[in-house]
Amino acid sequence: MASELTVLFRRLRTWAMLLALAAIPILIAAAVKLTSRPATPGRGPLFLDRITQNGLFVAVTALVVSVPLFLPLTVGVVAGDTIAGEASLGTLRYLLLAPAGRVRLLLVKYTGAVVFCAAATATVTTAGALAGVALFPVGPVTLLSGDTIDVGESVVRSLLIAAYITVSLLGLSAIGLMISTFTDVPVGAMAATVVLSVVSQVLDNLPQLDWLHPWLFSHYWLGFADLLRQPISWTSFGDNALLQAGYIAVCGAVAYGKFSTKDVLS
Amino acid sequence: MTAAAAPGGLAIETHRLSKHFGQRAAVDGIDLAVPRGSVYGFLGPNGSGKTTTIRVLLGLAAADHGDIRVLGREMPRELAGVLPEVGALVEGPAFYPFLSGAANLSRLDTADRHASPASRRRRVGEALERVGLAHAAGKKVHAYSLGMKQRLGIANALLRPRELLVLDEPSNGLDPQGTREVRHLVRSLTEGGATVFVSSHLLAEVEQMCTHVGVMSAGRLVAQGTLNELRAAGRTRVQVLTPDAGTASRVLAGLGLEPGLPEGSGARPAEALVWAELARPGVEPETIVAALVAGGVRVRGFSVERSSLEERFVSLTGEGFDVVG
Repeated sequence: MASELTVLFRRLRTWAMLLALAAIPILIAAAVKLTSRPATPGRGPLFLDRITQNGLFVAVTALVVSVPLFLPLTVGVVAGDTIAGEASLGTLRYLLLAPAGRVRLLLVKYTGAVVFCAAATATVTTAGALAGVALFPVGPVTLLSGDTIDVGESVVRSLLIAAYITVSLLGLSAIGLMISTFTDVPVGAMAATVVLSVVSQVLDNLPQLDWLHPWLFSHYWLGFADLLRQPISWTSFGDNALLQAGYIAVCGAVAYGKFSTKDVLS
Repeated sequence: MTAAAAPGGLAIETHRLSKHFGQRAAVDGIDLAVPRGSVYGFLGPNGSGKTTTIRVLLGLAAADHGDIRVLGREMPRELAGVLPEVGALVEGPAFYPFLSGAANLSRLDTADRHASPASRRRRVGEALERVGLAHAAGKKVHAYSLGMKQRLGIANALLRPRELLVLDEPSNGLDPQGTREVRHLVRSLTEGGATVFVSSHLLAEVEQMCTHVGVMSAGRLVAQGTLNELRAAGRTRVQVLTPDAGTASRVLAGLGLEPGLPEGSGARPAEALVWAELARPGVEPETIVAALVAGGVRVRGFSVERSSLEERFVSLTGEGFDVVG
């Protein structure tokens, strides 16, 4: 496991993606700071108008911006690469000959992808908090419910949101892992994973398909607003976790079924 | 190490092993028998099914038919117990280009649950030393040459003491010096009691280091045995250069041989080359010469020609560059 993380984090690509993610909140903060015109409430991403009053909102805004595309993109790259990447390098056969054990390898690979999900959201949150503190005044935060919480409590809320988004990405990671067992071409698996995340979000926006919506893995992706109420409403957190667990179970089973009998010919 | 390690047993044994890709049989009912302690040369032209066989033997791919026993245990059922005893280089080396040579070996060693983490550094160092890569241990693999990668691949197979080494084309990409080192390495491994299974399309290589040979052609095992058996299976023929072709033929026939028709003559038109397969036991070349001389044949040249292993190989696998596809 430690070795898996070493391989993941000694890769230039991993760092490039995390840097790109860190750039998002920084860009947002800088853009808001440099435009003198106050942002009109209701335009632009959620919470954008609040940044000038309270820097702590930079992190939340950056997460809102990253969830639909940037985070799924990077997670898709890592999750799609899990098995297919090893296959294309040819290292998959040597791992299996070691012998790593096919089930063990799948579990380790998935854990690696999960750690990346956490690292990615943590990066956006941390970079956002730092940029916010550096460029804007910081103070007590007014929640969506109208209540006010102090700075310490708001940091906890930010971490909760980061955790919520990490959980949201677990289903996508499982999909990426599953696709990755079907191909030896990592780019294909990455692209397919990212495309699926976009498709899921598009379907989620078609009212004609509202019967399908609760089953889409991206359905609760932006549901973390509930964590900005007082008291915290945990329903969406629970629903989301349950849905993601379902995706993990199904995709995990398919990945296991495919990979445990796969002929490794690369 | 294993209970089944009876001396004289088989390190690899297959029975009617087959593997199909779609309609095409890549491996077609082969019965391998690799004795323990041997250096087994697995010979065959490109595309004859050598690598596929190795993949199936090591559980990377599933066989369609047939039984496999490796180190006395059934594969792939007992894969988890067998593979730690097997060092392998399959279809060329493969590494993470962004990690150093030593880091790559550590990574692959970590993948083996039974490998001791305490001795990992030492074992990686020793394996690198053994293939002459100690100086490049810290270099990233993308800066390695083809030959260096090949050496690193062999080092990976040597990370732990192994009972069986499966080396698929180990000399690929190596310079003559490296090829010699591989030969020495293989010899030193067998001295330690290991069995080495080497695949190759290079006959000379196999001839120089192997004790046993199996020849693959189009997915079938067309010959198997010790190197000497395979050589002996080749035909030997005698040739007589003489102006008395007719008499010579009669003498040869009298010895129970079947002389061929006189072939294109020698240097002078009156001379002819009479030949015969040396196929009867007891009829030695010296007996033939004595009989010829006694029969009044003017022997101007006499030669015994043993078909080389190469001719034997070509006769088994067919000539030309056609890759069976």
